[in-house]
Amino acid sequence: MRGFVITVLALLTGLFCSNVTFLPAIGNPDSPPNQHVTPVYIAQSELDTGSPNIVTGTLADYRGFDTMWETTVMFLSGVTATLILSRSTMGRRPEKEDDYE
Amino acid sequence: MKQPFGGILLNLAFRILVPFTLVYSVYILILGESSPGGGFQAGVVMGFGIVLARLVMGEDSTLFNMRLRTSLIGAGVGTFIYTVTGWLTLAGGGKFLDYGFLPFFRNGPLHELHGLGILLIETGVTVCVMMTILNIMDAVVRRSEDDGSAE
Repeated sequence: MRGFVITVLALLTGLFCSNVTFLPAIGNPDSPPNQHVTPVYIAQSELDTGSPNIVTGTLADYRGFDTMWETTVMFLSGVTATLILSRSTMGRRPEKEDDYE
Repeated sequence: MKQPFGGILLNLAFRILVPFTLVYSVYILILGESSPGGGFQAGVVMGFGIVLARLVMGEDSTLFNMRLRTSLIGAGVGTFIYTVTGWLTLAGGGKFLDYGFLPFFRNGPLHELHGLGILLIETGVTVCVMMTILNIMDAVVRRSEDDGSAE
């Protein structure tokens, strides 16, 4: 089982690494997002979102659903840190019943 | 607020740094729409201010100490404010998080509504980030106290 998992992980890693070379270069003006998405955002951001800050307009308005789940991830990370760090036994599976003092 | 906090450095840190930090975090939040800043940054600065106040005043004061349960609920409330904004736009007849359909101030210009929606969701993000920082600090402090008492 362990060898199978390692093989699958190695295959996936090789696949990802070989696919990186097909990505467009960063800042390439011919890449698809820079063809139609970016010019529209730059031109329309202030009219659409009422915010002169393009970053805020994109983060909070065009990509509001994304930011909502980012906030949820932060909340979940806080809950997880509390569950791990505190001594509360909530959400833990006991090894034996008499492990608790 | 008349009593000293245990030294001129702590007095200065509490009486100057903490109010400045808290006010500045609100400034970052409000002006995040038109300048660099926003909800995440405002939450970090506000959390830093409260953590500083707690470090200076210690465990005795009840002004800035909140229980672990309160900060957990607060972080959830921050996320809830964000989601409620989306539900309000749904109730106003638009798509999810389409701020032009917020059900109040409908006769105003459209970009003002968008600015109001951005302010609402960034308030939610700020509350969530601040409460999460306090939450993690609370968990760490309580853990170390428990370990000390167990040994």
